[in-house]
Amino acid sequence: MGSRSSHAALIPDEDSLRRETGFSQASLLRLYHRFRALDTNKKGYLSRMDLQQIGALAVNPLGDRIIDSFFPDGSLQVDFPDFVRVLAHFRPADDEDAGLRDPREPEPLNSRMNKLRFAFQLYDLDRDGKISRHEMLQVLRLMVGVQVTEEQLESIAERTVQEADEDGDGAVSFLEFAKSLEKMDIEQKMSIRILK
Amino acid sequence: MEGTELAGKILSTWLTLVLGLILLPSAFGVSLGISEIYMKILVKTLEWATIRIEKGVPKESVKNSASVGIIQRDESPMEKGLSGLRGRDFELSDVFYFSKKGLEAIVEDEVTQRFSSEELVSWNLLTRTNINFQYISLRLTMVWVLGVIVRYCVLLPLRVTLAFIGISLLVMGTTLVGQLPDSSLKSWLSELVHLTCCRICVRSLSGTIHYHNKQYRPQKGGICVANHTSPIDVFILTTDGCYAMVGQVQGGLMGIIQRAIVKACPHVWFERSEMKDRHLVTKRLKEHIADRKKLPILIFPEGTCINNTSVMMFKKGSFEIGGTIHPVAIKYNPQFGDAFWNSSKYNMVSYLLRVMTSWAIVCDVWYLPPMTREGWRAEERKGEGRLSGRAAEELQQHDRGQRVSQLRIKLNATLQTKLGFPELAFRNGLWFFSRLGGRG
Repeated sequence: MGSRSSHAALIPDEDSLRRETGFSQASLLRLYHRFRALDTNKKGYLSRMDLQQIGALAVNPLGDRIIDSFFPDGSLQVDFPDFVRVLAHFRPADDEDAGLRDPREPEPLNSRMNKLRFAFQLYDLDRDGKISRHEMLQVLRLMVGVQVTEEQLESIAERTVQEADEDGDGAVSFLEFAKSLEKMDIEQKMSIRILK
Repeated sequence: MEGTELAGKILSTWLTLVLGLILLPSAFGVSLGISEIYMKILVKTLEWATIRIEKGVPKESVKNSASVGIIQRDESPMEKGLSGLRGRDFELSDVFYFSKKGLEAIVEDEVTQRFSSEELVSWNLLTRTNINFQYISLRLTMVWVLGVIVRYCVLLPLRVTLAFIGISLLVMGTTLVGQLPDSSLKSWLSELVHLTCCRICVRSLSGTIHYHNKQYRPQKGGICVANHTSPIDVFILTTDGCYAMVGQVQGGLMGIIQRAIVKACPHVWFERSEMKDRHLVTKRLKEHIADRKKLPILIFPEGTCINNTSVMMFKKGSFEIGGTIHPVAIKYNPQFGDAFWNSSKYNMVSYLLRVMTSWAIVCDVWYLPPMTREGWRAEERKGEGRLSGRAAEELQQHDRGQRVSQLRIKLNATLQTKLGFPELAFRNGLWFFSRLGGRG
């Protein structure tokens, strides 16, 4: 019960958004309601504060970085289309064969490469396209917490960079990152299935 | 005139029935078994309805409605998501787990989930819970129509009458008892009045309550701590024992009730301005529990109504008072009626109306073994060298602070376990999500 079609009119540019992100109409509606729920002052966009209110995100070691991914290039607001575009990275892959996709169309947001790009920019703070040892160390510090000494952290960072680094420049580029994870099931680890 | 005579006769028969079948037994704490029969009929009807629905609807849509949220959760704890992260075998892919959890939280987080009503697995013939179910058969619709008539035309007037009688009796009774000088007779009478009126009020909601572990019922001079789902919690607990309430002075009907009951026995009411001063609040509560003759205080440390699918972390203030803490877990069965008060969606009157037009309020109350702040971590300080003066004081303060927060966390975990909810354990170097199962 409940006529969904009448709600779709709430979302501006719904059709193009659907094509771009690949979300179904029902999922977009759910996300729109979520966007509205997070937008505490009904501004029509989300600020950093709105996302920082989420408790489960606040205790997430990568919480700040995830929030940063919604505000690229120093912007202070994220509207609904941009919100959905980021979330589209985590959409599970479509069942249809990748080979059937029209190669002239831009790569879908939830392709394996784009998921990897999302993960990469969680590491690469200064957006220079490489994960330096220093950036690796910072991420490690966030995720591993207080149980490990500084020396251990440094040696882990060193080892991880060395294992992935192929051209010997002491940093991990995106392609090296992608190569070191080529056997990993990214699909399962970076997918969120929205029900109905 | 014949019309008015007839109406008068009906009214008086009605009132006599209510008096004889409901009020008097409540006063003596006796049950005539009428509500049990009602519940049996209700359960049979709902079972029949469920079977009809399952036959009529394709399997998938029924399964989807069973989920509590809008995303499919991967319930593996963090240890599975990370490659043995203990500071040794970190891998580049470990960031995936946290980014996924983070994005999941953005799409839907536990706290927001807790603030909207629990979705039912199968329809319980109430319009308000009918989110996913379509028209199945004529018979089902007929039963639903019958249900509407029964609920709105038979049950609602009865319940409103009872509630009215209950509240008025409470106010009058406690005012009368308040005239007496302080004595054991007064306390006995005030307990009797409280118990009777609360039982009447619970019957006005068709409440069926099961109490477990009555041996751990809160004693005088202690603090009773419970999870909060709705204002009805107070009536549910008071049916089995008297408590001293703690809260803010309010206006209107609530204010009248508050002023009346405080005459009969000492409850702790604060003005709005006093509530902001934490030291004052703590001091008054400490004074209350120091007096062993006073009733145990009832506190809801979550601070707000939660929808009974999990327990939120408690606010600190409740635990700084000291004394013996008696935890109580209240779990409502949503099949018969949703007791959760979503104060942003409904005001008090429409909430009460919804509750009174549900089938019934069915809940379980577990009394848990008492805990004290002192008993916690008392042993650990023995090995330390002697400190004196300022250092010792600071250490004591730190200790107390530690004990309070550990007690708070332990208490929260105990209630979570008892109610069988998933637990969100707070970060202590590692951040993990574990599910504690079962009702121990």
